[in-house]
Amino acid sequence: MKKNGKWIFILVLLVAAVAVIPWFLSGFDIPGSDDAAGKAVAAIDPDYKPWAKNIIEFSGKNTETLLFCLQAGIGAGILGTGFGYLILRKKNRKGSD
Amino acid sequence: MTAVQRRILIASIVLLYVFGFADNAYAMHIMEGYLPLSHSVVWSAVCIPFLAIGIMSIRKTIENNRKTLLILVMAGAFSFVLSALKLPSVTGSSSHATGTGLGTILFGPAAMCVIGIIVLLFQALLLAHGGLTTLGANTFSMAIAGPMAAYGIYALCKKLGVRKSAGVFLAACIGDLVTYCITAFQLALAHPAETGGFLTSFEEFLGIFAFTQTPLAIIEGILTVIVVKGLEAYAKPELTALGYMEEGK
Repeated sequence: MKKNGKWIFILVLLVAAVAVIPWFLSGFDIPGSDDAAGKAVAAIDPDYKPWAKNIIEFSGKNTETLLFCLQAGIGAGILGTGFGYLILRKKNRKGSD
Repeated sequence: MTAVQRRILIASIVLLYVFGFADNAYAMHIMEGYLPLSHSVVWSAVCIPFLAIGIMSIRKTIENNRKTLLILVMAGAFSFVLSALKLPSVTGSSSHATGTGLGTILFGPAAMCVIGIIVLLFQALLLAHGGLTTLGANTFSMAIAGPMAAYGIYALCKKLGVRKSAGVFLAACIGDLVTYCITAFQLALAHPAETGGFLTSFEEFLGIFAFTQTPLAIIEGILTVIVVKGLEAYAKPELTALGYMEEGK
């Protein structure tokens, strides 16, 4: 298990590296790729008008950020609880053996 | 807390910091209203049989072993987290992962279709990300085509005797990439260029998505391996019941 832990640590660092490096390269100014797709649609097909809108529209950029964090938070909470349960279960089994 | 646990904690805080400050621009799914009505209807119709098979497949898995429900919920949560995390990418744009690889490897591609729809509905209704009119098309790319590709790769790696973690990595990584190629395909089909038609459009959209997505696909692969390793260590009975691990191994 100890070996596994070390591996996981290295992998997490690797993820962080892949995530951060492009951020620095692009000078912290990051448009979304869906935005790019929307612009491409407008360039290829200038007559096309999006015919539906999202049910809710956000006034500020921060609202959206907050909601995305919420989604990540809910997911991470469930994942954490699941792992917590599994880890404790294994511990208890070892104790009763 | 052991030293290993402490290291994992620190690393996860670093990750959170990175993700938390990434710029939140729209990414990935086809936006609401960007597909003509006929396309929306067709893509939705294509998804229905897959959804039905998925529900049956999940029911059967749960009936066989109720305990696997916990793992199913965790696989769903994993997809939830990954599709919410937006990462900056090399081309100077941000996009996000799909997180469908984990559920696919453990439960099969059909089950992932159901989980994927739930995630997409949540994003379309509450996050104004993706949309209801494009739900069918987005479901096809993220919850059907991606998982099927991932499953194929995983099965192939197993047959060739590739190391399990390498197989998991490749499956999640390629499943993610396939999702975006399908998205580009769908957009090109709906918006062929005036000169050059479908192919020119396809190249254009593929250029936008594919380059943005490559580093993300790698991240998705690594994160999936981490979670699978964790489950291997702590959820042996469930993984055995799912057929992922062999008895007595």
